[in-house]
Amino acid sequence: MQTHPSITALSGKKKASAWMLGAVFFSVMIYFFPLWKITLYAPQYPQGIRMYIWIHQITGDDAYTLQNINILNHYVGMKDIDPHAVPELSYFPYVLAGIIALGFIAFLMKKRWAYLSWAILYALCGAVAIYDFYLWEYDYGHHLDPKAPIKVPGMAYQPPLVGVKHLLNFTAISLPDWASLCMMLSIILGIAAYLCCRSSAIKPHYRLPAGSDTPREKPVVSHS
Amino acid sequence: MKPISFSAQRRQSIPIAFGIIAVTGLLLASCHANDSSGGAIQAQEAAQRVYVAPGKYDEFYAFLSGGYNGQVSVYGLPSGRLFKIIPVFSQNPENGYGYSEETKPLLMTSFGFIPWDDAHHPELSQTNGIPDGKWLFINANNTPRVARIDLKTFETVETLEIPNSAGNHSSPFVTENTEYVVAGTRFSVPIPQKDVPIDSYAQNFKGVLSFIKVAPDGNMDLSFQVMMPGFDYDLAHAGKGKSKDWVFFTCYNTEQAHTLLEVNASQRDKDFVAAINWKKAEEYLKQGKYHVMPGTYYDNRFDTSTQTAHSIVHQEVKVLIPSECPGLVYLIPAPKSPHGVDVDPSGNYIVANGKLNADLSVFSFDRIQQAIQQKQFDGEVNGIPVLKFDAVLAGIVKSGGLGPLHTEFDDKGNAYTTFFISSEVVKWKLGTWQVEDRQPTFYSPGHLMIPGGDSRKPWGKYLVALNKITKDRYLPTGPELSQSAQLFDISGDKMKLLLDFPTVGEPHYAQAIPASILMPRSEKIYQLANNHHPYLTRTEKEAKVVRSGKRIDVYMTEIRSHFVPDNIEGIHLGDTVYFHVTNLEQDWDAAHGFAVEGNQHNAELLLMPGQTKTLKWVPNRVGVFPFYCTDFCSALHQEMQGYVRVSAQTEQVALSWSTGKE
Repeated sequence: MQTHPSITALSGKKKASAWMLGAVFFSVMIYFFPLWKITLYAPQYPQGIRMYIWIHQITGDDAYTLQNINILNHYVGMKDIDPHAVPELSYFPYVLAGIIALGFIAFLMKKRWAYLSWAILYALCGAVAIYDFYLWEYDYGHHLDPKAPIKVPGMAYQPPLVGVKHLLNFTAISLPDWASLCMMLSIILGIAAYLCCRSSAIKPHYRLPAGSDTPREKPVVSHS
Repeated sequence: MKPISFSAQRRQSIPIAFGIIAVTGLLLASCHANDSSGGAIQAQEAAQRVYVAPGKYDEFYAFLSGGYNGQVSVYGLPSGRLFKIIPVFSQNPENGYGYSEETKPLLMTSFGFIPWDDAHHPELSQTNGIPDGKWLFINANNTPRVARIDLKTFETVETLEIPNSAGNHSSPFVTENTEYVVAGTRFSVPIPQKDVPIDSYAQNFKGVLSFIKVAPDGNMDLSFQVMMPGFDYDLAHAGKGKSKDWVFFTCYNTEQAHTLLEVNASQRDKDFVAAINWKKAEEYLKQGKYHVMPGTYYDNRFDTSTQTAHSIVHQEVKVLIPSECPGLVYLIPAPKSPHGVDVDPSGNYIVANGKLNADLSVFSFDRIQQAIQQKQFDGEVNGIPVLKFDAVLAGIVKSGGLGPLHTEFDDKGNAYTTFFISSEVVKWKLGTWQVEDRQPTFYSPGHLMIPGGDSRKPWGKYLVALNKITKDRYLPTGPELSQSAQLFDISGDKMKLLLDFPTVGEPHYAQAIPASILMPRSEKIYQLANNHHPYLTRTEKEAKVVRSGKRIDVYMTEIRSHFVPDNIEGIHLGDTVYFHVTNLEQDWDAAHGFAVEGNQHNAELLLMPGQTKTLKWVPNRVGVFPFYCTDFCSALHQEMQGYVRVSAQTEQVALSWSTGKE
């Protein structure tokens, strides 16, 4: 069975819009879930201690997790993990808001280039954020109090960015969490929107069969 | 049958009957000595049944009273592992209970501060006749009190003194929805107390049965007392289901002896079970038919918000006189010096365990009601009708044992009774009154316990017999030996001995509840945010030392692994120092301790996360004295220490404090 070219064209554009709306939706979801999760296991913590890094805060299993991690960390001279001392937590939410706004504008514009530019910008921002996260981990893990009670020569306590690492009596597992998946999904949907548009711009020319019904609308061609 | 009269004159000098019982008991005990494995099944099978692998949890929490240690021990079943000792009526230097300023009021009574008592019967609170895991009540037998333990924290949160009572033994049994906790006196005494000749017992001595109202938040209030004849009131249990409005108490010494009771209180063939209708009592109270009698008593409540106990002193109590309140009390004749009185899960059968008898008398609640309606009385005592024995009897269990003490029930219509003298547990069937099985115990069981076995819903898988004598069962430890608990599997037709384990103190009664009910309720920390102790130090920055005259208040914090402050100077001889220590930790099991050298009257403090406690210290010499954390809290626990400097009064040393100052 053959698909009417105009239908293909229309649905391609509509699809792109839907993908873009989805991208915006998943970006909003980032506010509601943690981006990253670091789990620490030790003989004294058989059930593990979990720390969650959000776009705007750092939390744990309960209200006291950060205090408890800081107490453990102070023996090796690590600085207190104090969310107020991390400025990114206060301005990253606005950066994200900006990205969401741009995404929404791209959705309204329904332009192929807008989708692509947005996805690229977003991916760049994400990469910067991950690099920034790495720098913080490096800072916490390497800048140790010279008066620390426990000093192991050559030892740093930087948790892994992704993966598992043994740090003295602790096993640290660091993995992206739901909000990171939302961000990845947003970027993928942005690219999908771009690809949909592109395919809808190309395919009709090849598919228009001779002697078919008169299209109610002209097939949409390239936007660019 | 002629009306029963009570006289102190009935005395016989030669206890022939008791002698025979004692000899028989010895013979039976010697028979059992040859069969020391008892009903033990194959060792490997038994071991498998009680083996709880490392890191795994037991199926039940068991609460065993500590008897003369004044505490409650918490065990796991079926493993028999000891988890915790909860101090209740005795000071516990181990954690500072009764030594910290916050907990001292819990041991206050009208006699003053009482550092010890004899705790007999733990009783779980119930909802609809089923243990609900909210609270555990326990009685103090010596200086009459009832305590309440909060099962979220496993800490004593209230102690209530019982006035006019003396030897609070028939206590603290609860009604079906924990409306009341009862507290019956073991000893009758002059009421109100006065200086009278002891041999005026028959004229002057009375026994009171107290009913304590339990509020929904658990707080106890002495609601009323029933003034009973001058007998000994031994044990009790509330009815359930159809009998839920009633509480049954056993009485002995209806002979009203005041000396050599082993003989003189063992003369009558029958004593009584007293049945009290507490709903009726409430009606009479509403009608104002009570007497207000003087009676000073303390109600000591631990406020979880301030983490401090306070005493409320009451001066009078409402008393109901049975002769003025028809229908309030009936007496049921029961052979002979009955000890335990136990009500089956249906609430219809009331078992009187006549301890100087071979048989068990079982009464029917339906027949009791019928006898009351038809006025089938057999005289009266002090205006209390005595019901006809034959009219209320449902059956007699011909046990073949000697010295029945206590009965518990399973969920399959069976009852299990301990026999002290013949040293065994006997299983029998409700309704047929036939003995189904018997197993020896090692040796001489007092109470027995089936999880929920005195409630409407027994979890009839295990039975624990609480033995008074251990003799050759364990490695000897000099003349003083432990008591023991013996665990039986009762899931099959025959009881199977699985395990015995030594117990702490001398357990009397016990209670058990599925771990699935209690475990989710157990708190992990005290929330610092909810700590409203007047001497709380919320952060290290707030730590300080304050002098007011000769009183020094140290606001101190503990967190791994240091104190703030840890150097204190400017204290002088003659000062009284209060260390108000707050554990700032909010991590599960991150406890700290606090102890200071030369503390003459007090012990240490153990502080759970988020707790504040106060230790009083009156230094009596000049010098610099260390204080330190007593709970191995962390890798740097041995570094968790400080100094307090004490100067002569003539020295000019300013008050100062610090931590980490070089």
